[in-house]
Amino acid sequence: MKLNTITIKIGGEAGFGIKVAGATLAKIFSRAGYQLDDYTEYPSLIRGGHNAYELTIGEKVYHHVRPVNLLIALNQQTVDLHVSELSPDAGIIFDPDKVKVAPQGRSFPVPFSKLVKDINGSELTKNTVAVGAALAVLGANIEGLLDLLRQTFSKKGSAVVDINIKAANAGYRYVKSNFPDPFAYQVKSLDTTPQIYITGNEAVGFGAIAGGCSAFFAYPMTPATSLMEFMMKVAPKFGVLARQCEDEISVLNSAIGAGFAGARSMVATSGGGYSLMVEATGLSGMTETPVVVFLAQRPGPATGLPTWSGQADLRFVMHAAQDEFPRVIVAPGDAEECFYHTAAALNLAEKYQLPVFVLSDKNLAEGGKTVAVFDQSKIKIERGEWLSELSGGEYLRYKLTSTGVSPRVLPGTEGALQIGNSDEHDEFGYSTDSGDMRTQQMEKRMKKMETLLKELPPPILYGPQKADLTIVSWGSNKGAILQAMEELPGVSVNFLHFIYVWPFPTPEAGRLIREAGKLLVIEQNFSGQFEGLIRQYVGRAPDAHLRKYDGRPFWPHEIATEIKRITKGF
Amino acid sequence: MKPEDFNTSVFPTWCPGCGNFAIWAALKSALVKLNLPPHKNALVFGIGCSGNFANFVKGNIFHSLHGRALPAAIGIKLANHELNVIAIGGDGDGFAEGLAHTLETIRSNVNLTYIVHDNHVYSLTTGQTSPTSVPGFKTKTTPEGAFEYPINPLALAVSAGGTYVARGFAGDIPHLTDLIVQGVWHRGFSLIDVMQPCPTFNPELSYDWYRQRVYRLEANGYVPDNRFRAWEITQEPFDQKIATGVLYEEDRLILEDSYPQISKIPLVKKDLSGIDISKMLEQYK
Repeated sequence: MKLNTITIKIGGEAGFGIKVAGATLAKIFSRAGYQLDDYTEYPSLIRGGHNAYELTIGEKVYHHVRPVNLLIALNQQTVDLHVSELSPDAGIIFDPDKVKVAPQGRSFPVPFSKLVKDINGSELTKNTVAVGAALAVLGANIEGLLDLLRQTFSKKGSAVVDINIKAANAGYRYVKSNFPDPFAYQVKSLDTTPQIYITGNEAVGFGAIAGGCSAFFAYPMTPATSLMEFMMKVAPKFGVLARQCEDEISVLNSAIGAGFAGARSMVATSGGGYSLMVEATGLSGMTETPVVVFLAQRPGPATGLPTWSGQADLRFVMHAAQDEFPRVIVAPGDAEECFYHTAAALNLAEKYQLPVFVLSDKNLAEGGKTVAVFDQSKIKIERGEWLSELSGGEYLRYKLTSTGVSPRVLPGTEGALQIGNSDEHDEFGYSTDSGDMRTQQMEKRMKKMETLLKELPPPILYGPQKADLTIVSWGSNKGAILQAMEELPGVSVNFLHFIYVWPFPTPEAGRLIREAGKLLVIEQNFSGQFEGLIRQYVGRAPDAHLRKYDGRPFWPHEIATEIKRITKGF
Repeated sequence: MKPEDFNTSVFPTWCPGCGNFAIWAALKSALVKLNLPPHKNALVFGIGCSGNFANFVKGNIFHSLHGRALPAAIGIKLANHELNVIAIGGDGDGFAEGLAHTLETIRSNVNLTYIVHDNHVYSLTTGQTSPTSVPGFKTKTTPEGAFEYPINPLALAVSAGGTYVARGFAGDIPHLTDLIVQGVWHRGFSLIDVMQPCPTFNPELSYDWYRQRVYRLEANGYVPDNRFRAWEITQEPFDQKIATGVLYEEDRLILEDSYPQISKIPLVKKDLSGIDISKMLEQYK
């Protein structure tokens, strides 16, 4: 593989700290200068079941890749489930007292349980032993892990720090003494340009805070919950009000009330929770109250696959709520885009006084990645048009204007009363059923789509300007596609990535699609929801599609295989 | 200020004899007594005949969805606690569509006032049973008579931690005005369930019917400081005795107290220019 990556996987029972062990490894390698991308699989359980954490590190990594080069098996099930994912020269670290492995690749039997007993540690410290062992197998030094353990457990007291240091050293030294021959995959120290290791949800959280969100409402739902927990914990330090409401109906209605009063509001949920927010979406549309709706997609319908990923809510979100009103849909492709475009979403919502969706999915939301440190100076907080003074006469909240946007006044301002009305209304805001006024208000609201379209960024083209094959995709498939393209240097392929998916097409997009080579549309839903937009709004029928709807991510090798298959026929 | 200062250019569209006119009068008088001009109030309405009230009174009005006035009202109050927030809805808003929100709002003890236009029927949709309908009430959707045990709003409020639980009567405007004034003064969530005659769709429960049953709690020396005693009042048979006044009142921390972020200035007046995430990002290196 061109990029010299190493993929490490840790598996075990839920409740045994697999995710923490994985994140620990990721942090160590991130600090060592590696780029990385990770992926976690887990069932909707608290204990039992099987958790697996997968991490690809390299000098340049867009997306985690298979096959797996080093498997750390904390139980038998891990070996049984993942042995087929291993490269022929892969290593397996396992406890020979608990786990049997068939002869394959290179075995590193390390008696975790015995080592843990020797230092009087709990079952959970097995993970730290395993991480220490893995570092030794990979030829890394132990210092990075020890520093991290000291930082991580400093608040839990010196006893906890000590036991973890002991555990790490135990695993490390065992491997160093018992397996002197270097393993096929060895890490090195790289240039340490500053970078952060962060999940998509945390990036959204930072984007919201930096973007001036002042009120956040949510109800727990996987895979949005980690954003909610981040906001509840971190946001108040920045003066942001974060609240868990009694249900999702209350979440969006509260956010809209807050927005009416002048807050910059945001909510977070997944598809099932958003289903309960549909009516209030229309409330935002009709009252022209700004709100950002973060929706981290997972497979449905109904409860579906709670802890897995998908991209099947695009059409749902495009059309949600009765009748018609303007909205914007943003689908960032990685953690960096999560940061900058969540901030942008807050601006769009307030400038155009409408709901703006930020679509993520489980893989992006919960996957950790190294990215350049967020540059807050690139974020400008824009609040739209507000009347600076009241020039006598009645304030008209829904004044008919050429742009469709009516200037706002903060409720509570003397001399300017207003009605935010869910009924169709006249320019002041009084309820009306006049046909003429209804027509004018509908056209005013829809005019906002034309106005805002002008400022939406075009899709981004990766690769050569001209190519035989153009991949088109949206949201988090970005990393897997870029990684796949890296594996095929000789192939004539480029990639058009859409972050702004509605209104469609964004400026330039129509031209780029029409001028592209053969079109391959890649997305994680059954019916080709984004492909349909290309057909309907650009008038071009894509030549091929690649769809996945099993809850798993696209792996780069799957995309590479498809690219090769299609381009062979050219 | 005079009550007429709160009139808009739209004259109420309620039926002649509707109890809503009395509630309208009481609300306006209360705001005058409280010396709160229109721009200082946020009035949040649901959907129904009482919802149409949104067009008949001056203020910062939010005409919300059916049953969803309370979440919007909480959002408004948390965003700008300097606004006097009053939520207004019917028995359908508060005890059917929005029952969960009503309970949550009681629990939260957010500092706002909720006036329920309780006419024990759905009128704007032309006559269906409501959760507070008297059992056996015959309507277009319950031709055999309403079956379910009626919701008892004040009992719910008393058991869910209500800190100001009151019942008013549209036939006693001065008393209702006073209940609203006290409710706004009360630091916490104030629920006022107003008995509202609906001559069109619930003619049996007329002003006369109510006058034969209502009594003022305070006239008997009742002190609203005992939750158990208040509960007993809520259990009085509705077709015989209807207590009006404050059943229960206590002081407790309000929802806003749980958000130090808004302890000084309102959220909407927060300066958004000084946000700096760089220190926090260090933890991700």
